Amino acid sequence: MRAVLTVVGKDKTGIIAKVSGFLAERKVNILDISQTILQDYFAMIMLVDLSGASESLSTLAEECSEMGKKIGMSIHVQHEEIFNAMHNV
Amino acid sequence: MFNTNEVLETINMVEKEHLDIRTVTMGISLMPCIAGTAEETAQKVYDEICKRAENIVKVTQDLSREYGIPIVNKRVSITPASLICAPFASKSILIGKALDRAAKQVGVDFLGGYSALVHKGMADYEREFIKSIPETLSMTDRLCSSVNVGSSKSGINMDAVALMGKIVKETAEKTADKGGYGCAKLVVFCNAVEDNPFMAGAFHGVGESGTVINVGVSGPGVVQHAIEAIPDADLSDLAEMIKRTAFKITRAGQLIAREAAKRLNAEFGIVDLSLAPTPARGDSVAAILEEMGLESVGTHGTTACLAMLNDAVKKGGVMASSRVGGLSGAFIPVSEDIGMIEAAERGSLCIDKLEAMTAVCSVGLDMIAVPGDTSAATISAIIADEAAIGMINNKTTAVRVIPAPGKKVGDEVNFGGLLGRAPIMPVHGESAEKFIKRGGLIPAPIHSNKN
Repeated sequence: MRAVLTVVGKDKTGIIAKVSGFLAERKVNILDISQTILQDYFAMIMLVDLSGASESLSTLAEECSEMGKKIGMSIHVQHEEIFNAMHNV
Repeated sequence: MFNTNEVLETINMVEKEHLDIRTVTMGISLMPCIAGTAEETAQKVYDEICKRAENIVKVTQDLSREYGIPIVNKRVSITPASLICAPFASKSILIGKALDRAAKQVGVDFLGGYSALVHKGMADYEREFIKSIPETLSMTDRLCSSVNVGSSKSGINMDAVALMGKIVKETAEKTADKGGYGCAKLVVFCNAVEDNPFMAGAFHGVGESGTVINVGVSGPGVVQHAIEAIPDADLSDLAEMIKRTAFKITRAGQLIAREAAKRLNAEFGIVDLSLAPTPARGDSVAAILEEMGLESVGTHGTTACLAMLNDAVKKGGVMASSRVGGLSGAFIPVSEDIGMIEAAERGSLCIDKLEAMTAVCSVGLDMIAVPGDTSAATISAIIADEAAIGMINNKTTAVRVIPAPGKKVGDEVNFGGLLGRAPIMPVHGESAEKFIKRGGLIPAPIHSNKN
């Protein structure tokens, strides 16, 4: 199963390192990354594969949200289908 | 890979604009539960609901986390209870209590369908059942009731309208300690729909299958923000923007509905895209109308704005899902919408204007508190007016008024939570008693005769 992970917040060093390390520990595979700075705000979107992951999507979503709070970023993990459904005709 | 803006747009909709799945409602047919006695039936009804809806809370929590969209309410709707209670209508309250217990056991916030469909005529058992509504609502917490008194096909059953005026009054009196709260759980319909997921008017129609998942999506805040983004657009562009937004919201609802149905071993029924406000700021239908260019909702132009909004929402919804149903449009409950509350307090929104608005929106006079001394005949007359609008315009209309005991114009009644607070609105003082006393049937309009 694939999910979209988004990280939004004030830009600083080490965000990608922190997030990707966190995912590696949980055997979540990163398929694609895009990152931009939008009006001083860091916005990163990752497409990740959970098929080998040690956690379920809902647990991962909660853990990432918690981890995000610790580093002052807002992190969401959502099933990719929600974006397909909402933005493709 | 996904477009960054699209991904962030979805997240913003949830985080800042109150996009949510307002309700996942499981419709359950209780026909197989009718047994020889009321006691036996009550037990079977309880068991059936507990079995079918056992996992509804867990499944919706999982879905909410996985898709990152809040699911606010979990609900159950059932076969109109007047049918289940028919052989022992005088003991309907027993079934009502069992339904309430079942709702609490499975953890849903409301259970709808303590209902009767009497739009053409009223059998003795239905009359008996309807008379049980006030007491049942006063003795239960999560049960919702509705009565359909008219339809475009059959006309308006004015005997039922007369009876419902009295039932609404009695319900208010029996729940006087909570400001007439029972009336917030009682809807009188014309053209009631069988697959509505929203409360208090949800029931599981007899034309539906065994177990169905219907989902209600909301997002007045999302629409408001979309309009804010194009402040100088003309109305065609505005309609287009609303349509696009409605499309996205409905798609999210459809995804959740399909997945919920799969996990709960039920059929996917419909998605109901209704802009359903909550008392929270930023989650208001009135705010959308004001964003369109009205100084206050209720002023001249309100009906036109609402007509455009309702239609654009429906068009976006229909494009997004082939299973659009329920009420799908814009709701205008007064107590549940901060913009409506404020407009009513200012005096810019009155019942007469709300009545006009109901001719073009998806429901009717909803969550309106009126003085406690409003007569049963006046409430019946309000119901008759609404039913007439529904009947002639081939649309659903509803009345959910609260004649708040002991309250008068200038007072307020507070229900808390999603039901909000309602300023007492004035009603006309002149009597309609003679009209209501006549009874009989207002015949169906000529344009309903399509066969």
